[in-house]
Amino acid sequence: MTPQETRSRESAAGVPLVAMFWDMLRIRIIEEEIAVRYPQERMRCPVHLSIGQEAVSVGVSHALRKSDQIVSTHRCHAHYLAKGGDLSAMLGELMGKATGCCAGRGGSMHLFDADAGILLSLPIVAASIPVGVGAALAMRQQGKDDVAVIYLGDASLEEGVFHESANFAALHRLPAIFVCENNLYSVYTPLNERQPARPLADLGRAHGLATEFVDGNDITAVYLAASRAVDRARRGEGPSFLQADTYRWREHCGPNFDNHIGYRTEAELEAWRQRDPIAQLRTKLLASHMLDESAEAAMTASHTEEVKACFADAEGAPYPSVDTVSERVYAV
Amino acid sequence: MPSSPVITASEAIRHALEIGLEEHPDAYLIGEGVTDPSGIFGTTKGLLQRFGPSRVMDMPVSENGLTGIVIGSALMGQRPIMTHQRVDFALLCLEQLFNTAAKCHYVTNGHHRVPLTVRMVIGRGWGQGPQHSQSLEAMFAYFPGLKVVMPTTPDRFKGMLLSSIDDDNPIIFLEHRWLHYVTGSVPTEGTRVPLDGPRVAREGSDVTIVASSYMVLEALRAADALARVGRECEVIDLQIIRPLVIAPVAKSLAKTGRLLTCDTGWRTLGIGSEIVSRLCESAWGAFRCAPVRIGLPDHPTPSSLPLAQAFYPDSTSIVAAIGNMTELSPAKIAEATSIAAAARQGVPIDKPDPAFKGPL
Repeated sequence: MTPQETRSRESAAGVPLVAMFWDMLRIRIIEEEIAVRYPQERMRCPVHLSIGQEAVSVGVSHALRKSDQIVSTHRCHAHYLAKGGDLSAMLGELMGKATGCCAGRGGSMHLFDADAGILLSLPIVAASIPVGVGAALAMRQQGKDDVAVIYLGDASLEEGVFHESANFAALHRLPAIFVCENNLYSVYTPLNERQPARPLADLGRAHGLATEFVDGNDITAVYLAASRAVDRARRGEGPSFLQADTYRWREHCGPNFDNHIGYRTEAELEAWRQRDPIAQLRTKLLASHMLDESAEAAMTASHTEEVKACFADAEGAPYPSVDTVSERVYAV
Repeated sequence: MPSSPVITASEAIRHALEIGLEEHPDAYLIGEGVTDPSGIFGTTKGLLQRFGPSRVMDMPVSENGLTGIVIGSALMGQRPIMTHQRVDFALLCLEQLFNTAAKCHYVTNGHHRVPLTVRMVIGRGWGQGPQHSQSLEAMFAYFPGLKVVMPTTPDRFKGMLLSSIDDDNPIIFLEHRWLHYVTGSVPTEGTRVPLDGPRVAREGSDVTIVASSYMVLEALRAADALARVGRECEVIDLQIIRPLVIAPVAKSLAKTGRLLTCDTGWRTLGIGSEIVSRLCESAWGAFRCAPVRIGLPDHPTPSSLPLAQAFYPDSTSIVAAIGNMTELSPAKIAEATSIAAAARQGVPIDKPDPAFKGPL
């Protein structure tokens, strides 16, 4: 089976499992390649890898259409790629090249792709949340039935601006979907040292948002919950809050594993690896004969080839001219 | 035949908002109290009735969140006009203004635009004290990517607010509360005043006074008094704090050889500090005497009347400084000081001066 054949076969079933597998595998391969190449110091900016968390962004993105908008955070690679962000422009940005999505002005934490409905990414925790709600407000003002997805981490719930934004979205029943990726840590600080023992989703409920909790490593659950939220938003029934628990496999910032340094355990990582969203879906697809090993190998080869070509593009691309450094401070 | 009736600055602001909302279908007005019966000192009165609740919106008391929200809408093609009744409350929005609004255009290499006007009112008087009267233009002006506009006269309030609404950049539009009362001839149509730098408010040959906002009125009063004792001051109304256009100030300095700056905010690290620095760098030879900066002293605004009296410089402070710079005799300084002081007609410092009502 070619990937195209498997994709068309499963689309009849409603949940695009093979397409989502394709996307998760692609993001994993891209992120692993970034980790491998990072020590070469060609990507001269911080990188916050999404490895282990792919199911959330891929599951959500498959419930969206191109004109829907997302906003993201410092950990934006998977969100960007899952929504259809251009890979060469992403790698170019990581390398500070003129071909980068921000022409080298933003780095890895400012990914955006207007053509793909990726409005912006901001590295200040929770800063992009109101911007996403503002996109939803503009959709309402312009009479569109698009939706805005706001990716946020567990620590964002500690920021006042989350509550201000959720309150406003609920007040005006805006087509906003708050997707809280709870990966249990803010840098090195665990959730239980930052928040009392209460379900994160209760915060969404308290603001009057339609709220669901899902296993963030179960892509079917993510996809179905996101689809329900999108349907509500398009029908004008207001905003939703989706809590998806997951786990960041590598360090907060950088290419390495860090469970050995003392803030979380090796056993914890191992337990989450057992729940790898990609491996879980793979098992399911193989068992239901929606995927076989040769199709999987073809997918891997295709992604590997694409990643190699895009890295070569980015490495070969020119740096922005230094003559442009002071340009475009103001719009004219 | 176009007419220019005499109206107050607050009426001029309301006219500008009305025309801006009329001409830009993507513009909307949002702020705490914009739909109140009092309508932000009259500046938004009647706009809800005219444009409806989707164009004129009150908002939750969430300054930072709503700033991010209006920025997000601006990125999607809307043209928000946000209002804060005091600069001091707008301090809650700084993360969004400084990190997001000011940088979006640059970071996206010109792709994103943030056509956002943020009106902020500088309070003063009647014991408003430490957190209701701050004049923080220097802080906003520190950030490349923001434009900072501080008009003085009603025609400028209208024309510059319209230009701000038209502009595709984030604009901090600072309104000194006491200038809302000032009157002047204002064209009824939507005449724009470009956001292109200072204007000469009064010509003179002995000293260049660079002032902005309310301090322009105090400078003009000082200039009147000094003219009676033989000193001619050129008063430059800075108007646009960022991007700062220094050439007209340099040109005036070349003529007068003396420079006095008057901030409505703190003297230390104020706008005057930047102007003096730039001119020392670029026009050192033009100075006939050391430049002087006037501004607020290094402590918060006190509420009590006598303490506020000691806090705010006025036309007599300007007279004293210029008397020294131009080597006026003590008798003439005293004469000019009493002329300037008398112009206030004994109105206490915590109330707006009715003599400043204009028309300007």
